[in-house]
Amino acid sequence: MIYVQLFLSFFKIGLFGFGGGLAILSLIQHEVERYGWMTQKEFVDIVAISQVTPGPIGMNCATYVGYTATNSILGSVISSIAVVLPSLIIMFVLCRLYFLMQKRYQNNVYYVNTLRGIRFLVLGLIGAAALSLMTKESFFDWSSWVIFGIVFVLGILPQLVSKNCVRTHKFITWLSNPILLILMAGVAGYLLY
Amino acid sequence: MLFQLFWTYLKVGTFTLGGGYAMLPMIQHEVVNRRKWIDEEEFLNMIALAQAAPGLIAVNSAFFIGWRVGQNSPHSQSKLFRILCVLSTILGAILPSFVIILAIAILFSDYKSLPAVEAIFKGVRPAVVALIASPLFRMAKVAGLSYLSALIPIAGALAIWLLGWSPVWLILLLIVSVIGYTWLAERRHK
Repeated sequence: MIYVQLFLSFFKIGLFGFGGGLAILSLIQHEVERYGWMTQKEFVDIVAISQVTPGPIGMNCATYVGYTATNSILGSVISSIAVVLPSLIIMFVLCRLYFLMQKRYQNNVYYVNTLRGIRFLVLGLIGAAALSLMTKESFFDWSSWVIFGIVFVLGILPQLVSKNCVRTHKFITWLSNPILLILMAGVAGYLLY
Repeated sequence: MLFQLFWTYLKVGTFTLGGGYAMLPMIQHEVVNRRKWIDEEEFLNMIALAQAAPGLIAVNSAFFIGWRVGQNSPHSQSKLFRILCVLSTILGAILPSFVIILAIAILFSDYKSLPAVEAIFKGVRPAVVALIASPLFRMAKVAGLSYLSALIPIAGALAIWLLGWSPVWLILLLIVSVIGYTWLAERRHK
């Protein structure tokens, strides 16, 4: 039964996961919470692991949740296939229509407006994922907020610094690398707690 | 040929950290510059298509490349060959991530309770939340968000966070209301 649930949930996540990795997180979180497959804390840990390992984040989450929810490899195979399947079906249709679509629908107002609307909403989905992960378990005292603040500022810094100063900009872009930031936060955690 | 497709995507899947968007420059390097399977313009079309379609961007782009290579090859008459092309790129893209994460999932359940591991993750958790939130500014700029259209993501985020709405229903609601709005605007225009 749990295998059917996993398949249906991750099929749905693949089908409505517009906007790639981060936007998919809020869908995964919604499903995981609904069925109680894992706690908020465990979910954040998975996101952390997904960000420091190669591959698409949605795929990483599917594989991991599938394994931990059922404690079997079969579970992770099923949820991984389920998250990819809608992509295959939709891309199959889209590729067939590819030439037709590009010419005929490029200027169609319904098509253009819907895509723009989805692009806006995706920002909200990502925001919701961040907001719902700010739980008391993950942010247990002021030091968590300090880590959050530092990483957040370093993350948006490349946007704030002007591109004219090439060397500084390069250094800051390197510094804002998610993998580096997660590793540094891990070291900080090891030293602090 | 099939092996080349598989191998190229296996490399992309193994060496790109950080998900779909981080894969695009490497895919461009391998597929456009090195193998010359598609040209620059088609690559941009591919990104547009992979983003417009739901699902993982990496998988969507793998499908497109597999499909195009299958079409352009001398064996393009054979349907089986075209399907195999698509399967090679997709498997290459997802296999590394699947194997690595499965190994971590199996190992991590044993080590999770160690105090050192717990301490590391105590530091990592707030950082992860910050890393989810910080790309929002760049993405808002790219999407061309104005003060008025910013109401869409803000309302969406609050509906999910405070009211517990399902993201799926929000997406459907948005599609329906955008089409309704466009229809009204078109009618008034005439």
